[in-house]
Amino acid sequence: MNALLKCRELQLLAAIVALILMISLRVPQFLSLPSLGNVYHDTSILIILALGQMGVILTKCIDLSMAANLALCGMVSAMLNIAFPGVPVPLLILAAVALGAALGSINGLLVWKLAMPPIVVTLGTMTIFRGSIFLLTDGKWVNAHQMSASFKAFPRDAFLGMPVLSWLSIAAIAIMFVVIGRTALGRSFFAVGGNANAAVYAGINPGRASFRAFMISGALSGLAGYLWVSRYAVAYVDIALGFELDVVAACVIGGVSIAGGIGSVPGAVLGALFLGVIKNALPVINVSPFWQLAISGTVIIIAVAFNARAERKKGRVILRRAEAAA
Amino acid sequence: MSIANPTPRNIPDRLKGLPERVFKSWETLLVVVMVVIFTINSFASPYFLDPWNLSDATFNFTEKALVALALALVIISGEIDLSVASIIAISSTMMGMAASHGAGAPELVLVGMGTGLVCGAINGWLVTGLGLPSIVVTIGTMSLFRGLAYIILGDKAYTEYPDGFSYFGQGYVWWVFSFELALFAVMAVLFYILLHRTSFGRVTYAIGNNPVAALFSGVKVARVKFILFLLTGLMSGIAAVCLTSRLGSTRPSIATGLELEAVTMVVLAGININGGSGTIPGIVLAAIIMGLVTFGFGLLNVPGIVMSIFIGLLLILVIAVPVIAGRIGQRRKAQAH
Repeated sequence: MNALLKCRELQLLAAIVALILMISLRVPQFLSLPSLGNVYHDTSILIILALGQMGVILTKCIDLSMAANLALCGMVSAMLNIAFPGVPVPLLILAAVALGAALGSINGLLVWKLAMPPIVVTLGTMTIFRGSIFLLTDGKWVNAHQMSASFKAFPRDAFLGMPVLSWLSIAAIAIMFVVIGRTALGRSFFAVGGNANAAVYAGINPGRASFRAFMISGALSGLAGYLWVSRYAVAYVDIALGFELDVVAACVIGGVSIAGGIGSVPGAVLGALFLGVIKNALPVINVSPFWQLAISGTVIIIAVAFNARAERKKGRVILRRAEAAA
Repeated sequence: MSIANPTPRNIPDRLKGLPERVFKSWETLLVVVMVVIFTINSFASPYFLDPWNLSDATFNFTEKALVALALALVIISGEIDLSVASIIAISSTMMGMAASHGAGAPELVLVGMGTGLVCGAINGWLVTGLGLPSIVVTIGTMSLFRGLAYIILGDKAYTEYPDGFSYFGQGYVWWVFSFELALFAVMAVLFYILLHRTSFGRVTYAIGNNPVAALFSGVKVARVKFILFLLTGLMSGIAAVCLTSRLGSTRPSIATGLELEAVTMVVLAGININGGSGTIPGIVLAAIIMGLVTFGFGLLNVPGIVMSIFIGLLLILVIAVPVIAGRIGQRRKAQAH
């Protein structure tokens, strides 16, 4: 029981439930299945991105280029749709994911092969990816009427009572849950982030682990790129500008340690949902959307202060136990 | 950033000789790059070598460079501050608010600098007082400070500033030398003295190289870091005064993305993003190079976003090329043996 109370994910879940209950005291309609389904639907893209970012942060790196990667892949998938309207949407998604993975592996290669600091690499590729959209389009927009009907409808199509977008994010959660928790690859992320030297002695190449994490985060950014463009039915240079920080924020709120090696898939998902609930609740309770930025900033700071305390305590308890045993 | 687990650094036992230090230094490379860009630009456009045009070009970088001077010290100490652009936004908003209540130019400068100091103190307290990682803290305060500007301003703007206030961003000290450029020159000298000629500067390097060793050497690590965040807040406040005065208006989106350009400037200056090395002359050169590139492309009608690709490439190349060159050099040495 005590362990359950101390579990970070459960604390966060409790916070989200409390938040939803508080909002529904003001606006009872908020606490209905369709309304909560909408909140989830609206947060799906953030969840997908947070999963990718989590893998990268686990290996002690950071990917600031996710939003730019998303924008570039979204634009390319929209342009492919205009050029070849007959190509089925799943094939376009595959192309977006492949392009995203390729862009992510550029980050990964620079970090792995040249041992460059990830923050510098992704800062650079962030501006390069965004600039490339301008080079591709000359700054023109791709508007709704240029996209084919199936391109726009796919993420909204209902399947077993939920839109495809929500299902895709659930699939991403399930896959990442298995990859992070149940495969050698996922374990290697934790090993590298926890102690890179120890990981080397365990036969893990830290650079290669980071490279793979960057490739996964790139692939998920590519997927999110198509989803973003088709959901909002518009593509231009500045879509999702600054969204990479929301993604990092979701991870931090979800208990993923920026120092690497600590984090979980449920944590990252709940962190994203926490931000999603706040974002969707503000207009419902008649708070100006201008408050959103300051609120999420405050939440990030509180979350990181909370995490730091939890991490510190953990270390002490182990030591005390070891001393007692000795 | 965590104090418990310092990464070992290889510091040479003996410093290199003077000629090697001069010819193999990052600053020399930057001077070469600067000369090349200057030459290319003066051939590419006939309008480049005009003193007034060059003076205009300095406005491209002075505000960012003012912030970068202080940010450089923070990064050398092994921390980072991503909230600088948001500090500018909230300082500018507070100045606009003060102006709308009838404050004069001197009061506005005090309000801008004071807001910057308060924001810097908040960052410093969160990082040193609570011991939180600065990259996450400043991502949080980045949202918080700009969020406050949005709460105060919403979709409105402050456009009424008193008469004398425009001098800080638009005035000239002498001939083509603007107030902003003069301010940057003075600040660069002050920061040069602080970093390279005082014990405070030595301590900053020491903390960046090994915070635990610094602590055991009797350095008040937390206090030094707090002062550095305070200084970054103050410089952001000063930059806010210049920028607000130059633009003559405040919107909550003011200076969006400036933090990334400032970090780019610091990295371009040869300052190790993980802390411990870098110089102020490097910052000055990097600022001039970024200004010249922006200005040169601007004369050739290249859109801003294409310039940003170039800056992004420059950022990656300046770090990648020395690494690759070093590896090729090592391979040659290995073959020669």
